[in-house]
Amino acid sequence: MDDNVAVIGVGLGKVGELWEKSLRDLATESIWMAFEDSGVDKVDALYVGNMSSGPFVEQEHIGAMIADFAGLGSIPAVKVEAACGSGGAAFIEGYMAVKSGLYDYVLVTGVEKMTDVLPSRTTSILANASDRDYEAFHGVSFVALNALVMKRYMYEFNVKREELSIFPVISHKNAPFSKHAMYRKEITLETVMNSPIISDPLSLMDCAPICDGSASVILCAEKKAREFTDTPIIVSGVGIATDTLGVHDRKHITTLSAAVEASKKAYKMAGVTPKDIDIAEIHDAFSIMSALSIEDMGFAKKGEGTKMALEGQHYIGGDLPINLYGGLKARGHPVGATGVYQIGELVCSLRGDGRVDAERGLAENIGGSGATISVSVLERGD
Amino acid sequence: MKPSKSVGIVGYGAYIPKYRIQSTEIARVWGNDPNLVPIREKSVPGADEDSVTIAIEIARNALMRAGINPKELSSVWVGTESKPYAVKPTSTIVAEAIAATPFVSAADWEFACKAGSETVQACIAYVGSGMAKYALGIGVDTAQGAPSDALEYTAAAGGAGYIIGSAKESLAVVEGSLSYVTDTPDFWRRQYEHYPKHGNRFTGEPSYFRHVISCSKALMEELGTKPDDYNYAVFHQPNRKFPLEVAKILGFSKEKVIDGLISPYIGNTYAGSALLGLAAVLDKAKEGDRIFCTSYGSGAGSDSFSLKVTDKLADRKVEAPSVKSYIERREEIDYARYARYRKKIRM
Repeated sequence: MDDNVAVIGVGLGKVGELWEKSLRDLATESIWMAFEDSGVDKVDALYVGNMSSGPFVEQEHIGAMIADFAGLGSIPAVKVEAACGSGGAAFIEGYMAVKSGLYDYVLVTGVEKMTDVLPSRTTSILANASDRDYEAFHGVSFVALNALVMKRYMYEFNVKREELSIFPVISHKNAPFSKHAMYRKEITLETVMNSPIISDPLSLMDCAPICDGSASVILCAEKKAREFTDTPIIVSGVGIATDTLGVHDRKHITTLSAAVEASKKAYKMAGVTPKDIDIAEIHDAFSIMSALSIEDMGFAKKGEGTKMALEGQHYIGGDLPINLYGGLKARGHPVGATGVYQIGELVCSLRGDGRVDAERGLAENIGGSGATISVSVLERGD
Repeated sequence: MKPSKSVGIVGYGAYIPKYRIQSTEIARVWGNDPNLVPIREKSVPGADEDSVTIAIEIARNALMRAGINPKELSSVWVGTESKPYAVKPTSTIVAEAIAATPFVSAADWEFACKAGSETVQACIAYVGSGMAKYALGIGVDTAQGAPSDALEYTAAAGGAGYIIGSAKESLAVVEGSLSYVTDTPDFWRRQYEHYPKHGNRFTGEPSYFRHVISCSKALMEELGTKPDDYNYAVFHQPNRKFPLEVAKILGFSKEKVIDGLISPYIGNTYAGSALLGLAAVLDKAKEGDRIFCTSYGSGAGSDSFSLKVTDKLADRKVEAPSVKSYIERREEIDYARYARYRKKIRM
């Protein structure tokens, strides 16, 4: 298909500890929101981004289940799994399905129901994103892996903990505006610094919360999109890459080489450079991941990922505002759904929500400790 | 709900073991931040204390305040989740010890932390129906939290009991009581397991808060009362934070809650918790005061009570030791003695 692919519908379900809602409730809710936003009433295929429905709620085969309960008919519906990067990966699958010309309208839904199990079990399930034989089996939790990377980064580049802990402050700054966010409040650097240590040097407020949520977006060709809206948001570039599953196998543990590769592909497809990106949704599951992402996607030199943050350039009004709806830290991180939330939020910002006048934005979704990373570049189509 | 005959509390008794372990001591052992502990210290039963011995102390104190012959009791009901025997009633030992046997109903009640308030509500109905002249209901526990679990800081020992009789003999008249129950598994212990498990944050908003708030609101609506009508409010107190937060949500000022909030000093006595808080309030209350009390038991449910103090309280409350005196009677122990007394060391 020669035409561009556009996003015409967005559904962002409330994120939180949603005790009264099941995985199917969450997914169905965001799907109906996306339908209402788009103006279409049916799609040709469904791609579900989800990390661990099996261990979390003992339900697999959720492509069919969600299609069934959302009333989508007998359409093809499959789950795409790439740990916390499932949502971004599912979005790229959906993009390819439209771009190939196979389907006219494609629904991408990210969903995760995390709060039905006890925290010890959650920790174990999240560790499935790392290398079970060589990392998790030996007792290294997912937070601990990120803490090791953070310690090494602080050592290699002489960066202080408080310089990295600015990232949660930035994400929370935008959260009061974000109706679907879990924690709609601003926080200070002192709050982050004084919160209890989870895995040294990561404190509680350096880490995105465990929660439930679902987001959906609807994709179609740009020409079709213009039948529904004057301002379609065009997917101008996508890239996805992998790295060694285990952190220990990496040449440089402070480099997300999958982010380097994925962003290069996305920039090339979109015909842009990092300088052309106005806003970004960064995968701030842990503060260290924000700094590495900023560097490895080409926004800063190695070791200087906190520079723009400390200068205030990531706030609205700065050179590169990030995480405009709270990021993973304040919106919440329902793992497999996060990548779709990021796309939906980027679409809302680009459509114009009264806060930024952005032409082009980027969403970066990380799976595991960087073993899968997807980058999508979106721009205004008006 | 109101009984057909007007009834009230004719006697009440409390008991708290004297040993205390400070939260900072528990934090020290497990390497936790001493600044993030939920309460100051908790009570620990001595090596020769259990739910039975504590219930007997409570019953004797209640009888002293009631000034009645124990043979006149038609029930000795004990609500607890720390029964010394898995099969064999706790209540029969208590009934025998206070000489209430043999023409007495004795049974052990179970509903996590609200087993005690269930017995009191049943006593209200028992006497209110005319079947009994006096009925005794006790809430008591020697609660255990697994070593290093968050509950280890608060799981404590103690309890309180209430003798219900006719309104004209009462220290406080029961204006009404209501229960609110759903199947909400926030805390449980299966057979053969030594320590309970819990749903962490699930124990908060969908469990404690929903049930305590719903039950409290429903009883006030039924009685046509509002928080301003009460001088004191007591809520189940698993820690310091929850009851204060629930009071704020319902519209009770902190001043009305603080006299009955004893968990910071003795911990969470589970089935004894709300009932001990109520006893602390009765120790302080004056004629005409109105008291609102809501328990909470995991599983989950709440019982709410509305009480009005009579002129008889002032003379009778001095007949037995006050809650304050039990709180002040303390001997601090370290984790090693605590581990010994709580039988945490097994060989």
